[in-house]
Amino acid sequence: MSEPGLREPLIFDLSKPGRGAASQFPPAPDGAEARRTVEIPQRLRRASRPRLPEVSELQAVRHFTRLSHLNFSIDSHFYPLGSCTMKYNPKACNTYAMLPEFLSRHPLAPEPQGFLACMFELQEMLKEITGMQGVSLSPMAGAQGEFAGVAMIRAYHRARNDTARTEIIVPQAAHGTNPATATMCGCTVKEIPCDRNGGIDLAALEAVAGPATAGIMLTNPSTLGVFEHRIAEVARIVHQAGGLLYYDGANLNAILGKVRPGDMGFDVIHMNLHKTFSTPHGGGGPGSGAVGVGPRLLPYLPIPLVGCRDGRYRWLTERELPSSIGRLSGFMGNAGVNLRAYVYMRMLGRQGMVRVSEFAALNANYLMKRLTAAGYEAAYPARRASHEFIITLRNESRLFEVTAMDVAKRLLDFGVHAPTTYFPLLVPECLLIEPTETETKEELDHFCDAMSEIRREMEREPEKLRSAPHTMPVRRLDDVRAVKQLDIAWKPGR
Amino acid sequence: MSEQVPEYLQYTRTHEWVRDLADGQVEIGITDHAQQALGDLVFVEMPQVGRELKAGEACAVVESVKAASDIYSPVAGRVAARNDELAKTPELINSDPYGAGWLMRVDRGSAPADGPLLTAAEYAQYVKEAG
Amino acid sequence: MPFVPHTPADVSDMLSAIGAGSIDELFDEIPEALKAGTLHGLPAALREMEVGRLLTERAAADGRLLNFIGAGAYEHHIPAPVWAIATRGEFYSAYTPYQAEASQGTLQLIYEYQSMICALTGMEAANASLYDGASALAEACLMAIRAKPESRRILIPRTVNPVYAKVAQTIARHQNVEFESTAIDRRTGRTDPDALKSSIRGNEAAALVIQQPNFFGNLEEIDELTDWAHANRLLVIAVVNPTSLAIFKPPGEWGSEESGNRGADIVCGEGQPLGVPLASGGPYFGFMATRLAHIRQMPGRIVGRTVDTEGRPGFTLTLQAREQHIRRSKATSNICTNQGLLVTAATIYLSLLGPEGLERVAASCAERTESLVQALTRIPGVAAAFETPRFHEAVLLLDRPASPVLAALAERGIAGGFDLGASHPELGHAMLVCATETKLDQDIDAYARAMRDAMQLPRGERGRPRRHHE
Repeated sequence: MSEPGLREPLIFDLSKPGRGAASQFPPAPDGAEARRTVEIPQRLRRASRPRLPEVSELQAVRHFTRLSHLNFSIDSHFYPLGSCTMKYNPKACNTYAMLPEFLSRHPLAPEPQGFLACMFELQEMLKEITGMQGVSLSPMAGAQGEFAGVAMIRAYHRARNDTARTEIIVPQAAHGTNPATATMCGCTVKEIPCDRNGGIDLAALEAVAGPATAGIMLTNPSTLGVFEHRIAEVARIVHQAGGLLYYDGANLNAILGKVRPGDMGFDVIHMNLHKTFSTPHGGGGPGSGAVGVGPRLLPYLPIPLVGCRDGRYRWLTERELPSSIGRLSGFMGNAGVNLRAYVYMRMLGRQGMVRVSEFAALNANYLMKRLTAAGYEAAYPARRASHEFIITLRNESRLFEVTAMDVAKRLLDFGVHAPTTYFPLLVPECLLIEPTETETKEELDHFCDAMSEIRREMEREPEKLRSAPHTMPVRRLDDVRAVKQLDIAWKPGR
Repeated sequence: MSEQVPEYLQYTRTHEWVRDLADGQVEIGITDHAQQALGDLVFVEMPQVGRELKAGEACAVVESVKAASDIYSPVAGRVAARNDELAKTPELINSDPYGAGWLMRVDRGSAPADGPLLTAAEYAQYVKEAG
Repeated sequence: MPFVPHTPADVSDMLSAIGAGSIDELFDEIPEALKAGTLHGLPAALREMEVGRLLTERAAADGRLLNFIGAGAYEHHIPAPVWAIATRGEFYSAYTPYQAEASQGTLQLIYEYQSMICALTGMEAANASLYDGASALAEACLMAIRAKPESRRILIPRTVNPVYAKVAQTIARHQNVEFESTAIDRRTGRTDPDALKSSIRGNEAAALVIQQPNFFGNLEEIDELTDWAHANRLLVIAVVNPTSLAIFKPPGEWGSEESGNRGADIVCGEGQPLGVPLASGGPYFGFMATRLAHIRQMPGRIVGRTVDTEGRPGFTLTLQAREQHIRRSKATSNICTNQGLLVTAATIYLSLLGPEGLERVAASCAERTESLVQALTRIPGVAAAFETPRFHEAVLLLDRPASPVLAALAERGIAGGFDLGASHPELGHAMLVCATETKLDQDIDAYARAMRDAMQLPRGERGRPRRHHE
């Protein structure tokens, strides 16, 4: 019996020497042209051609189209992935960001007024939504926005000669990027626990806040899916200790147009435009991590940002912002992502923006209610869901010996992407579920029906869960082998 | 799954075990409870032989595919030996956490005894309460 | 309601299931005092037709310039299939492939991408991308420090893209990394080896950054520099242009055989030339590759091939314990989201071009740039700064400041180059020009005519004053 193969072969295995997508090749230089080339010495040249595939245009098109069929995506499946805000990415955002004039513009060419007008207005809209006084679009992802935020906090303290402030307070349930960012910024991390209702343990906060506190990093609603209603108290404690408040915008979708981070007392915020403002996730990126700041941090915003004087838009650089924390990218950040967010925000407008959080909350609370009616346990049953909520399978795991991962994998067989599993780590056997506002009641009902069916399976045939998924291109993969017999690049002749 | 907590070893709250050897040396590893919580181990990062450690200092890392955990030296002293077998076969920690899966030996020299370590009974109780 | 599908009946059914009287009630845990009123600063909603009109008008106002600027972003022909496929919803609207069974398309594509980056660079291991070339260099510097923790100093010669050096500083300085710049050899436009040799004291630096081709388009003597760095126990960080690797020696082979330590240690660069449009600066992607010995110090996601429970091959994210979602404050980097969609485009691009196509693109770029240099240096007051072998960029010296000349060219519809006056004053009135395979003879002729006009303007006269982004 032959070994089972890949559903779609590697592109390298489709390759044949001498084949190629010839209409894509520039002409081979003729003799006269070749003579114009400055001689490149042999020692700087490549000895043999790189092992890239040699395939026809149709072969390439078919290969990558077939690979695309092996993916779940928002366009094809319900994707209730908590903390990721997998909402519909309107096609118009892509279409208008890919107008040829936008695509062909070199970043160092004279400043394009039409494009910059969009960026300037985007900055203004983000300021209004967050209650901040300045916005820079230059961070290229949420984690880079976090970096910019903490670097600004450090710059602020340093400018005041307050150099002992090197601690960043982070709740235990925080996303891993928060502590990783603090380390990248040369800070140490002070973790504080959460209380029984998913709120911050204020006594623990008071105990750690002090003269070494640079700031605190928070999401609100928290990663536990509940709103921290004592946020004003948190702000008071941290500000009194001399620290600043950082708002991680991962969960901004929950409060869009309802509460503004600036009004809650935050000094700096990053937004994930690829979550709240619906730019595509692209199988892992690109994102955009725009940052907003209150008055104290304005001088430190990362450059470049867009300014407007006498009706003319221009990039503001080191010249105008000498105290900036500096540049984070080779040019202007993920400009094309920002343009997609701009189109989305213009289509939502003032009223549409508030509806985002309202219907995200409606969908989440509806799902939480239906799932608990079906026998699942909400981690924080006494609380409202924000735009997401947590189900814990701690009882099921004991009774039926199935895990949250088993449920997640089985959901794939029902044509639903798995919710986030095992995050936050505080809640045992958890599923973090975020439906987003763009899903219909019918889609939510289908999901609940699938979860009810899975619950029946747990009791009657748990093995069906443990061995799931059954209908995907592959079954569960051997992660241990992936590390121990590391195979991360194709090699010829295997 | 039942977890082994041998009587003859001492333990820490961070799930290391300590075995007294002759000549002021101790052997250090991670407990059965710890290896079960981590799952299949795939990588171990260990300190250089000769490095001076403080008690409670993070000195090694054990990694599974889903988690990574720091190892804190239960005692102060100088690293006298390390289990280089683990570089090739980190799964020894899973299969034999108190034997072939040992991590390192530390020479305590004439250093005074550190804070009290847990007895087997105390550690078993601690794990039960924490879990 | 835009992008909200609920009918009034849905809303009332759902509210009664929840047991809430209104949607507002769902926000009753938020203190009233904190609630925002109407956000008057936001504009009213536009329909797709209206937003389409607005964007189309703004794009038209920006127009299209005939582009001869490079300086880190390069205009290449992008085959039609590249974005037709990359924007398929199955790639475009998928998340990071954490659920491997439902993401085999993305995962296999990344594995193919990693393989292609290894093939181009001659290295053993590549990650699934970083944000862009500049931030990739910053990560490479931090990686070098982790691999060689006894030092906190990185040598970045002034032949390296100055913005890359700035970004590396922005990102790495919080970890007390120091950067030392070393001089350009003014005769050749390459890294000055003597300046380099006098730059370090003993074993004080962790790594030397070598950009090939360098910021001026010139080719460095990479074997000599690599051997010197390794002899002084420095790691070599190579910053390379991926198109050029079709014809130039891959970093994995830099250095002499005799040195016994051939090859760069970390390779990074800007992936934009591989099928990604210029688009005012992004999104692009950074690539990174290294030796297997350093793989645990490499930041970013990595895809590995393995088997499933039935022995069938498949792909999954691997070595994740380096990353922030597991290692938290001890992760190699805080990076989470990368530039997946751009990697998708690049993988399709490289598959269509293959070794021969990419070689032709590279050769054509080199030849087009020589044609451009010859055409422009026939004009009085314009000269080539260096005669060093180069790839697809060249430094031109003018008899006057470059800025007004570039402004006059822009008036004539030509983005003529990058003014080096601010970043490299030591070169005099210098500008950096670039011609890729997209520039036909008629384009080069048009540039030369415009340049002739611009150079005939009295020296004091300026076009309409325009500031250039630095």
